Amino acid sequence: MLRVERLQAGRLRPLTFEVADGECLAVEGPSGAGKTLLLRAIADLDPAPGQVFVDGVEREELAPPEWRRLVRYCAAEPAWWTDTPRGGMPPKASAEKLNRLLVSLDLDASVLDRPIAVLSTGERQRLALVRALLDEPRVLLLDEPTGALDPQSTALVEELIRFQMLAGRSVVLVSHNSAQVKRLADARLVLTSPANGAEASAP
Amino acid sequence: MSYVPLSYLDLLLAAALLIANGAISWAFRLGLEKSIAVAAVRMVIQLALIGIVLKLIFAQTSPIWTAGFAMVMVAAATLEIAGRLNGQLPVWPLMGLSGGALLFVGTFVTIFGVGFVIAPSPWYGARYILPILGMVLGNTMTAVALVLDSLSETARRERGAIEARLALGAPRFEALSGPLRSALRTGMMPMLNAMATTGIVALPGMMTGQIIAGADPIGAAKYQVLIMFLIAGATALASLLAAVGGVMLLTDNRHRLRLMSREGS
Repeated sequence: MLRVERLQAGRLRPLTFEVADGECLAVEGPSGAGKTLLLRAIADLDPAPGQVFVDGVEREELAPPEWRRLVRYCAAEPAWWTDTPRGGMPPKASAEKLNRLLVSLDLDASVLDRPIAVLSTGERQRLALVRALLDEPRVLLLDEPTGALDPQSTALVEELIRFQMLAGRSVVLVSHNSAQVKRLADARLVLTSPANGAEASAP
Repeated sequence: MSYVPLSYLDLLLAAALLIANGAISWAFRLGLEKSIAVAAVRMVIQLALIGIVLKLIFAQTSPIWTAGFAMVMVAAATLEIAGRLNGQLPVWPLMGLSGGALLFVGTFVTIFGVGFVIAPSPWYGARYILPILGMVLGNTMTAVALVLDSLSETARRERGAIEARLALGAPRFEALSGPLRSALRTGMMPMLNAMATTGIVALPGMMTGQIIAGADPIGAAKYQVLIMFLIAGATALASLLAAVGGVMLLTDNRHRLRLMSREGS
Protein backbone atom coordinates (compact mmCIF):
# COMPACT_ATOMS: atom_id res chain seq x y z
CA MET A 1 0.00 0.00 0.00
CA LEU A 2 1.20 3.49 -0.91
CA ARG A 3 0.49 6.33 1.51
CA VAL A 4 1.40 9.93 0.73
CA GLU A 5 1.26 12.48 3.54
CA ARG A 6 1.54 16.21 2.97
CA LEU A 7 3.92 15.66 0.10
CA GLN A 8 4.90 18.90 -1.57
CA ALA A 9 6.12 18.27 -5.10
CA GLY A 10 7.45 21.35 -6.87
CA ARG A 11 5.02 24.24 -6.49
CA LEU A 12 2.07 21.94 -5.76
CA ARG A 13 0.10 22.25 -2.55
CA PRO A 14 0.90 19.49 -0.03
CA LEU A 15 -1.00 16.34 -1.04
CA THR A 16 -2.28 13.50 1.12
CA PHE A 17 -3.71 10.29 -0.33
CA GLU A 18 -3.56 6.51 -0.21
CA VAL A 19 -3.49 3.83 -2.87
CA ALA A 20 -4.35 0.40 -1.50
CA ASP A 21 -2.87 -2.86 -2.77
CA GLY A 22 -4.38 -3.73 -6.11
CA GLU A 23 -5.82 -0.29 -6.64
CA CYS A 24 -5.17 2.34 -9.28
CA LEU A 25 -5.22 6.08 -8.65
CA ALA A 26 -5.47 8.24 -11.76
CA VAL A 27 -3.75 11.63 -11.65
CA GLU A 28 -5.33 14.10 -14.03
CA GLY A 29 -4.94 17.74 -14.87
CA PRO A 30 -3.82 20.06 -17.66
CA SER A 31 -0.25 20.07 -18.94
CA GLY A 32 2.03 21.84 -16.50
CA ALA A 33 -0.20 21.06 -13.51
CA GLY A 34 2.61 19.01 -11.95
CA LYS A 35 1.53 15.42 -12.61
CA THR A 36 5.03 14.28 -13.53
CA LEU A 37 6.53 16.23 -10.61
CA LEU A 38 4.22 14.34 -8.25
CA LEU A 39 5.33 10.94 -9.60
CA ARG A 40 9.00 11.98 -9.44
CA ALA A 41 8.59 13.13 -5.85
CA ILE A 42 7.02 9.81 -4.85
CA ALA A 43 9.94 7.96 -6.48
CA ASP A 44 12.31 10.29 -4.56
CA LEU A 45 13.86 11.59 -7.77
CA ASP A 46 13.29 15.21 -6.66
CA PRO A 47 13.57 16.57 -3.12
CA ALA A 48 10.05 17.08 -1.74
CA PRO A 49 8.99 17.84 1.84
CA GLY A 50 6.41 15.49 3.32
CA GLN A 51 6.25 11.75 3.75
CA VAL A 52 5.72 8.76 1.51
CA PHE A 53 5.19 5.26 2.90
CA VAL A 54 5.13 1.89 1.21
CA ASP A 55 3.74 -0.81 3.49
CA GLY A 56 4.45 1.50 6.42
CA VAL A 57 8.09 2.21 5.52
CA GLU A 58 9.01 5.83 4.82
CA ARG A 59 11.34 6.93 1.97
CA GLU A 60 14.12 8.06 4.27
CA GLU A 61 14.22 4.72 6.08
CA LEU A 62 15.50 2.96 2.97
CA ALA A 63 18.59 3.52 0.85
CA PRO A 64 17.51 5.34 -2.33
CA PRO A 65 18.21 2.39 -4.68
CA GLU A 66 16.11 0.11 -2.46
CA TRP A 67 13.26 2.63 -2.37
CA ARG A 68 13.24 2.92 -6.15
CA ARG A 69 13.21 -0.84 -6.51
CA LEU A 70 9.96 -0.82 -4.50
CA VAL A 71 8.51 2.33 -6.04
CA ARG A 72 9.05 2.23 -9.78
CA TYR A 73 8.73 5.40 -11.84
CA CYS A 74 8.22 4.85 -15.53
CA ALA A 75 8.79 8.08 -17.51
CA ALA A 76 6.55 9.21 -20.38
CA GLU A 77 9.53 9.27 -22.71
CA PRO A 78 11.74 6.34 -21.72
CA ALA A 79 15.48 6.85 -22.12
CA TRP A 80 18.06 4.15 -22.83
CA TRP A 81 21.78 4.13 -22.15
CA THR A 82 22.83 1.05 -24.10
CA ASP A 83 22.82 0.20 -27.80
CA THR A 84 20.16 -2.49 -27.53
CA PRO A 85 17.24 -2.96 -25.12
CA ARG A 86 18.82 -6.12 -23.69
CA GLY A 87 21.60 -4.10 -22.04
CA GLY A 88 19.00 -1.97 -20.28
CA MET A 89 17.19 -4.92 -18.70
CA PRO A 90 18.06 -5.79 -15.09
CA PRO A 91 20.97 -8.26 -15.32
CA LYS A 92 19.46 -10.69 -12.83
CA ALA A 93 16.07 -10.84 -14.51
CA SER A 94 14.82 -14.34 -15.25
CA ALA A 95 14.62 -15.11 -18.96
CA GLU A 96 11.26 -16.76 -18.50
CA LYS A 97 9.68 -13.70 -16.90
CA LEU A 98 11.21 -11.47 -19.55
CA ASN A 99 9.72 -13.58 -22.31
CA ARG A 100 6.31 -13.66 -20.64
CA LEU A 101 6.25 -9.87 -20.41
CA LEU A 102 7.38 -9.46 -24.01
CA VAL A 103 4.68 -11.83 -25.25
CA SER A 104 2.01 -10.09 -23.19
CA LEU A 105 2.83 -6.83 -25.00
CA ASP A 106 3.04 -8.48 -28.42
CA LEU A 107 6.81 -7.97 -28.70
CA ASP A 108 9.07 -10.52 -30.37
CA ALA A 109 12.15 -11.57 -28.38
CA SER A 110 14.36 -10.51 -31.31
CA VAL A 111 13.50 -6.88 -30.53
CA LEU A 112 15.86 -7.10 -27.53
CA ASP A 113 18.92 -7.24 -29.75
CA ARG A 114 18.00 -4.60 -32.29
CA PRO A 115 19.59 -1.14 -32.02
CA ILE A 116 17.45 1.24 -29.92
CA ALA A 117 17.76 3.81 -32.69
CA VAL A 118 15.77 1.70 -35.18
CA LEU A 119 12.93 0.81 -32.79
CA SER A 120 9.62 2.64 -33.06
CA THR A 121 8.48 4.99 -30.30
CA GLY A 122 5.75 2.49 -29.40
CA GLU A 123 8.20 -0.41 -29.17
CA ARG A 124 10.47 1.64 -26.92
CA GLN A 125 7.60 2.58 -24.66
CA ARG A 126 6.45 -1.04 -24.31
CA LEU A 127 10.04 -2.20 -23.68
CA ALA A 128 10.38 0.44 -20.97
CA LEU A 129 7.31 -1.02 -19.29
CA VAL A 130 8.83 -4.51 -19.50
CA ARG A 131 12.05 -3.13 -17.99
CA ALA A 132 10.12 -1.48 -15.17
CA LEU A 133 8.12 -4.60 -14.25
CA LEU A 134 10.87 -7.24 -14.38
CA ASP A 135 12.02 -6.97 -10.76
CA GLU A 136 8.45 -6.78 -9.43
CA PRO A 137 8.19 -3.43 -7.66
CA ARG A 138 5.43 -2.86 -5.06
CA VAL A 139 4.20 0.44 -6.51
CA LEU A 140 4.02 1.48 -10.15
CA LEU A 141 4.14 5.16 -11.09
CA LEU A 142 3.17 5.21 -14.75
CA ASP A 143 3.49 8.49 -16.65
CA GLU A 144 1.39 8.29 -19.84
CA PRO A 145 2.19 4.59 -20.37
CA THR A 146 0.14 4.44 -23.59
CA GLY A 147 0.96 7.92 -24.89
CA ALA A 148 2.79 6.64 -27.96
CA LEU A 149 0.73 3.51 -28.61
CA ASP A 150 -1.92 2.47 -31.15
CA PRO A 151 -5.31 1.21 -29.83
CA GLN A 152 -4.25 -2.44 -30.07
CA SER A 153 -1.07 -1.98 -28.01
CA THR A 154 -2.94 0.32 -25.63
CA ALA A 155 -5.37 -2.51 -24.89
CA LEU A 156 -2.48 -4.90 -24.22
CA VAL A 157 -0.79 -2.41 -21.86
CA GLU A 158 -4.05 -1.84 -19.99
CA GLU A 159 -4.45 -5.59 -19.66
CA LEU A 160 -0.94 -5.82 -18.24
CA ILE A 161 -1.63 -2.98 -15.76
CA ARG A 162 -4.80 -4.74 -14.64
CA PHE A 163 -2.80 -7.94 -14.17
CA GLN A 164 -0.26 -6.02 -12.03
CA MET A 165 -3.16 -4.75 -9.88
CA LEU A 166 -4.46 -8.31 -9.49
CA ALA A 167 -0.99 -9.26 -8.28
CA GLY A 168 -1.45 -6.73 -5.47
CA ARG A 169 0.56 -3.80 -6.79
CA SER A 170 -0.55 -0.21 -6.23
CA VAL A 171 -0.65 1.87 -9.40
CA VAL A 172 -0.52 5.65 -9.81
CA LEU A 173 -1.44 6.43 -13.40
CA VAL A 174 -0.96 9.76 -15.18
CA SER A 175 -3.16 9.77 -18.26
CA HIS A 176 -4.80 12.28 -20.56
CA ASN A 177 -7.13 9.56 -21.82
CA SER A 178 -10.33 9.85 -19.76
CA ALA A 179 -11.75 6.63 -21.20
CA GLN A 180 -8.62 4.83 -20.03
CA VAL A 181 -8.96 6.39 -16.59
CA LYS A 182 -12.56 5.10 -16.41
CA ARG A 183 -11.42 1.63 -17.44
CA LEU A 184 -8.53 1.35 -14.95
CA ALA A 185 -8.82 3.76 -12.05
CA ASP A 186 -10.47 3.17 -8.67
CA ALA A 187 -10.00 6.82 -7.70
CA ARG A 188 -8.98 10.08 -9.33
CA LEU A 189 -6.78 12.94 -8.23
CA VAL A 190 -7.26 16.11 -10.25
CA LEU A 191 -4.43 18.61 -10.18
CA THR A 192 -5.46 22.08 -11.19
CA SER A 193 -3.03 24.97 -11.44
CA PRO A 194 -0.48 24.91 -8.59
CA ALA A 195 -2.13 27.92 -6.90
CA ASN A 196 -5.42 26.08 -6.49
CA GLY A 197 -3.92 22.84 -5.27
CA ALA A 198 -5.57 19.52 -5.93
CA GLU A 199 -8.98 18.01 -5.55
CA ALA A 200 -9.45 14.33 -4.99
CA SER A 201 -12.68 12.73 -6.05
CA ALA A 202 -14.17 9.32 -6.55
CA PRO A 203 -14.99 8.33 -10.14
CA MET B 1 76.39 27.66 -17.13
CA SER B 2 75.94 30.90 -19.02
CA TYR B 3 73.43 32.46 -21.35
CA VAL B 4 72.92 35.78 -23.10
CA PRO B 5 70.98 38.02 -20.70
CA LEU B 6 68.07 39.98 -22.17
CA SER B 7 67.91 43.75 -21.89
CA TYR B 8 64.62 45.62 -21.54
CA LEU B 9 65.13 46.96 -25.07
CA ASP B 10 65.19 43.34 -26.31
CA LEU B 11 61.78 42.74 -24.74
CA LEU B 12 60.38 45.89 -26.28
CA LEU B 13 61.60 44.65 -29.65
CA ALA B 14 59.76 41.32 -29.14
CA ALA B 15 56.64 43.15 -28.03
CA ALA B 16 56.49 44.68 -31.51
CA LEU B 17 55.16 41.28 -32.68
CA LEU B 18 51.92 42.05 -30.84
CA ILE B 19 51.25 44.60 -33.57
CA ALA B 20 50.30 41.59 -35.72
CA ASN B 21 47.64 40.56 -33.16
CA GLY B 22 46.27 44.08 -33.03
CA ALA B 23 46.27 44.45 -36.81
CA ILE B 24 44.35 41.18 -37.32
CA SER B 25 41.80 42.14 -34.71
CA TRP B 26 41.37 45.55 -36.33
CA ALA B 27 41.23 44.30 -39.94
CA PHE B 28 38.64 41.60 -39.21
CA ARG B 29 36.81 43.73 -36.64
CA LEU B 30 37.23 41.08 -33.95
CA GLY B 31 37.02 43.69 -31.18
CA LEU B 32 39.96 42.06 -29.39
CA GLU B 33 42.29 45.08 -29.25
CA LYS B 34 41.52 45.81 -25.63
CA SER B 35 41.76 42.15 -24.57
CA ILE B 36 45.12 41.82 -26.32
CA ALA B 37 46.48 44.89 -24.56
CA VAL B 38 45.14 43.80 -21.16
CA ALA B 39 46.45 40.24 -21.57
CA ALA B 40 49.91 41.44 -22.64
CA VAL B 41 50.20 43.91 -19.76
CA ARG B 42 48.91 41.28 -17.27
CA MET B 43 51.46 38.78 -18.54
CA VAL B 44 54.35 41.24 -18.18
CA ILE B 45 53.31 42.33 -14.68
CA GLN B 46 52.67 38.74 -13.49
CA LEU B 47 55.98 37.45 -14.78
CA ALA B 48 57.91 40.45 -13.43
CA LEU B 49 56.32 39.96 -10.03
CA ILE B 50 56.98 36.23 -10.01
CA GLY B 51 60.60 36.91 -10.92
CA ILE B 52 60.98 39.27 -7.98
CA VAL B 53 59.11 36.97 -5.55
CA LEU B 54 61.04 33.86 -6.60
CA LYS B 55 64.31 35.72 -6.20
CA LEU B 56 63.29 36.62 -2.65
CA ILE B 57 62.14 33.10 -1.82
CA PHE B 58 65.24 31.47 -3.34
CA ALA B 59 67.32 33.65 -1.02
CA GLN B 60 65.53 32.19 2.05
CA THR B 61 65.84 28.38 1.57
CA SER B 62 63.11 28.08 4.20
CA PRO B 63 60.45 25.35 4.05
CA ILE B 64 57.88 27.83 5.35
CA TRP B 65 58.43 30.26 2.48
CA THR B 66 58.36 27.43 -0.04
CA ALA B 67 55.15 25.98 1.41
CA GLY B 68 53.54 29.42 1.62
CA PHE B 69 54.21 30.15 -2.01
CA ALA B 70 53.03 26.66 -2.99
CA MET B 71 49.71 27.41 -1.24
CA VAL B 72 49.36 30.63 -3.23
CA MET B 73 49.88 28.63 -6.45
CA VAL B 74 47.23 26.06 -5.44
CA ALA B 75 44.80 28.86 -4.56
CA ALA B 76 45.36 30.60 -7.89
CA ALA B 77 44.80 27.34 -9.80
CA THR B 78 41.61 26.70 -7.80
CA LEU B 79 40.24 30.14 -8.66
CA GLU B 80 41.09 29.54 -12.31
CA ILE B 81 39.08 26.27 -12.33
CA ALA B 82 36.14 27.95 -10.59
CA GLY B 83 36.22 30.69 -13.23
CA ARG B 84 36.28 28.24 -16.12
CA LEU B 85 33.36 26.20 -14.75
CA ASN B 86 31.25 29.18 -13.81
CA GLY B 87 27.60 28.18 -13.46
CA GLN B 88 27.97 24.44 -14.04
CA LEU B 89 28.50 23.37 -10.44
CA PRO B 90 27.80 25.06 -7.08
CA VAL B 91 30.76 27.37 -6.58
CA TRP B 92 31.91 26.65 -2.99
CA PRO B 93 31.78 22.85 -3.18
CA LEU B 94 33.47 23.15 -6.58
CA MET B 95 36.32 25.20 -5.08
CA GLY B 96 36.60 22.76 -2.17
CA LEU B 97 36.79 19.78 -4.50
CA SER B 98 39.25 21.25 -7.00
CA GLY B 99 41.38 22.92 -4.33
CA GLY B 100 41.49 19.68 -2.37
CA ALA B 101 42.40 17.60 -5.44
CA LEU B 102 45.13 20.04 -6.51
CA LEU B 103 46.56 20.29 -3.02
CA PHE B 104 46.63 16.54 -2.47
CA VAL B 105 47.96 15.60 -5.89
CA GLY B 106 50.39 18.54 -6.10
CA THR B 107 51.85 17.79 -2.68
CA PHE B 108 52.05 14.05 -3.24
CA VAL B 109 53.59 14.14 -6.71
CA THR B 110 55.98 17.02 -5.99
CA ILE B 111 57.29 15.48 -2.78
CA PHE B 112 57.63 12.16 -4.55
CA GLY B 113 59.49 13.73 -7.48
CA VAL B 114 61.70 16.17 -5.59
CA GLY B 115 62.06 14.46 -2.23
CA PHE B 116 62.63 10.89 -3.42
CA VAL B 117 63.65 10.98 -7.09
CA ILE B 118 65.74 14.15 -7.50
CA ALA B 119 66.58 14.39 -3.77
CA PRO B 120 68.46 17.72 -3.73
CA SER B 121 69.87 19.00 -0.47
CA PRO B 122 67.95 20.42 1.25
CA TRP B 123 64.96 18.80 -0.50
CA TYR B 124 62.57 21.61 0.52
CA GLY B 125 64.56 24.27 -1.30
CA ALA B 126 62.34 26.42 -3.47
CA ARG B 127 64.54 26.03 -6.56
CA TYR B 128 63.33 22.50 -7.32
CA ILE B 129 60.00 22.37 -5.50
CA LEU B 130 58.31 25.45 -6.96
CA PRO B 131 59.09 24.99 -10.69
CA ILE B 132 58.07 21.33 -10.55
CA LEU B 133 54.95 22.07 -8.53
CA GLY B 134 54.13 24.77 -11.07
CA MET B 135 54.35 22.38 -13.99
CA VAL B 136 52.37 19.70 -12.14
CA LEU B 137 49.70 22.20 -11.07
CA GLY B 138 49.36 23.76 -14.51
CA ASN B 139 48.57 20.37 -16.03
CA THR B 140 46.40 19.00 -13.21
CA MET B 141 44.43 22.26 -13.22
CA THR B 142 43.58 21.71 -16.88
CA ALA B 143 42.76 18.04 -16.21
CA VAL B 144 40.45 18.85 -13.29
CA ALA B 145 38.65 21.56 -15.29
CA LEU B 146 38.25 19.23 -18.29
CA VAL B 147 36.95 16.37 -16.14
CA LEU B 148 34.38 18.48 -14.31
CA ASP B 149 33.27 20.25 -17.48
CA SER B 150 32.87 16.98 -19.35
CA LEU B 151 31.08 15.34 -16.42
CA SER B 152 28.50 18.07 -15.97
CA GLU B 153 27.97 18.52 -19.72
CA THR B 154 27.47 14.79 -20.32
CA ALA B 155 25.19 14.53 -17.30
CA ARG B 156 23.11 17.38 -18.68
CA ARG B 157 22.91 15.81 -22.12
CA GLU B 158 22.14 12.32 -20.83
CA ARG B 159 19.87 13.40 -18.02
CA GLY B 160 16.99 11.21 -19.19
CA ALA B 161 19.12 8.06 -19.31
CA ILE B 162 20.74 8.78 -15.94
CA GLU B 163 17.38 9.31 -14.27
CA ALA B 164 15.99 6.20 -15.94
CA ARG B 165 18.80 4.19 -14.34
CA LEU B 166 18.24 5.86 -10.97
CA ALA B 167 14.52 5.12 -11.23
CA LEU B 168 15.33 1.46 -11.89
CA GLY B 169 17.29 1.33 -8.63
CA ALA B 170 20.85 2.07 -9.71
CA PRO B 171 23.07 3.85 -7.14
CA ARG B 172 24.52 7.18 -8.29
CA PHE B 173 27.91 5.88 -9.41
CA GLU B 174 26.28 3.19 -11.51
CA ALA B 175 23.74 5.61 -13.02
CA LEU B 176 26.53 8.06 -13.87
CA SER B 177 29.08 5.47 -15.01
CA GLY B 178 28.86 6.65 -18.64
CA PRO B 179 29.59 10.33 -17.92
CA LEU B 180 32.24 9.29 -15.37
CA ARG B 181 34.15 7.20 -17.88
CA SER B 182 34.06 9.82 -20.62
CA ALA B 183 35.16 12.51 -18.13
CA LEU B 184 38.15 10.40 -17.02
CA ARG B 185 39.10 9.84 -20.65
CA THR B 186 38.82 13.57 -21.38
CA GLY B 187 41.00 14.42 -18.39
CA MET B 188 43.78 11.95 -19.18
CA MET B 189 43.87 12.37 -22.97
CA PRO B 190 45.87 15.63 -23.27
CA MET B 191 48.80 14.22 -21.31
CA LEU B 192 48.80 10.98 -23.31
CA ASN B 193 48.87 13.01 -26.52
CA ALA B 194 51.61 15.23 -25.14
CA MET B 195 53.76 12.21 -24.20
CA ALA B 196 53.33 10.76 -27.67
CA THR B 197 54.34 13.91 -29.58
CA THR B 198 56.75 15.64 -27.24
CA GLY B 199 60.21 16.12 -28.72
CA ILE B 200 58.94 15.66 -32.27
CA VAL B 201 56.36 18.37 -32.75
CA ALA B 202 57.25 20.58 -29.80
CA LEU B 203 60.26 20.94 -27.57
CA PRO B 204 58.97 21.23 -24.03
CA GLY B 205 59.45 24.55 -22.25
CA MET B 206 61.48 23.24 -19.35
CA MET B 207 63.91 21.37 -21.58
CA THR B 208 64.45 24.35 -23.88
CA GLY B 209 64.91 26.51 -20.80
CA GLN B 210 67.61 24.27 -19.43
CA ILE B 211 69.32 24.06 -22.81
CA ILE B 212 69.36 27.84 -23.24
CA ALA B 213 70.66 28.15 -19.68
CA GLY B 214 73.62 26.04 -20.80
CA ALA B 215 72.68 22.55 -19.58
CA ASP B 216 73.70 19.39 -21.41
CA PRO B 217 70.83 18.44 -23.78
CA ILE B 218 70.90 14.80 -22.57
CA GLY B 219 70.62 15.96 -18.97
CA ALA B 220 67.80 18.32 -19.96
CA ALA B 221 66.01 15.47 -21.74
CA LYS B 222 66.29 13.31 -18.61
CA TYR B 223 64.69 16.03 -16.52
CA GLN B 224 61.94 16.36 -19.11
CA VAL B 225 61.24 12.62 -18.99
CA LEU B 226 60.98 12.79 -15.21
CA ILE B 227 58.62 15.75 -15.31
CA MET B 228 56.43 14.08 -17.97
CA PHE B 229 56.02 11.00 -15.76
CA LEU B 230 55.22 13.18 -12.77
CA ILE B 231 52.62 15.11 -14.77
CA ALA B 232 51.11 11.91 -16.19
CA GLY B 233 50.67 10.46 -12.71
CA ALA B 234 49.37 13.73 -11.34
CA THR B 235 46.76 14.25 -14.07
CA ALA B 236 45.52 10.67 -13.70
CA LEU B 237 45.17 10.97 -9.92
CA ALA B 238 43.58 14.42 -10.10
CA SER B 239 41.18 13.27 -12.84
CA LEU B 240 40.02 10.39 -10.65
CA LEU B 241 39.51 12.63 -7.61
CA ALA B 242 37.69 15.24 -9.69
CA ALA B 243 35.46 12.66 -11.39
CA VAL B 244 34.46 10.92 -8.16
CA GLY B 245 33.95 14.24 -6.38
CA GLY B 246 32.09 15.59 -9.40
CA VAL B 247 29.58 12.72 -9.28
CA MET B 248 29.02 13.55 -5.60
CA LEU B 249 28.46 17.23 -6.50
CA LEU B 250 26.01 16.36 -9.28
CA THR B 251 23.92 14.16 -6.98
CA ASP B 252 22.63 14.48 -3.44
CA ASN B 253 22.66 12.04 -0.55
CA ARG B 254 19.34 10.54 -1.77
CA HIS B 255 21.04 9.68 -5.10
CA ARG B 256 19.09 12.33 -7.01
CA LEU B 257 20.54 14.12 -10.02
CA ARG B 258 20.95 17.81 -9.15
CA LEU B 259 21.85 19.84 -12.23
CA MET B 260 22.25 23.58 -11.99
CA SER B 261 20.19 25.60 -14.42
CA ARG B 262 22.26 27.47 -16.99
CA GLU B 263 20.98 30.84 -15.83
CA GLY B 264 23.36 33.07 -13.91
CA SER B 265 26.46 31.91 -15.73
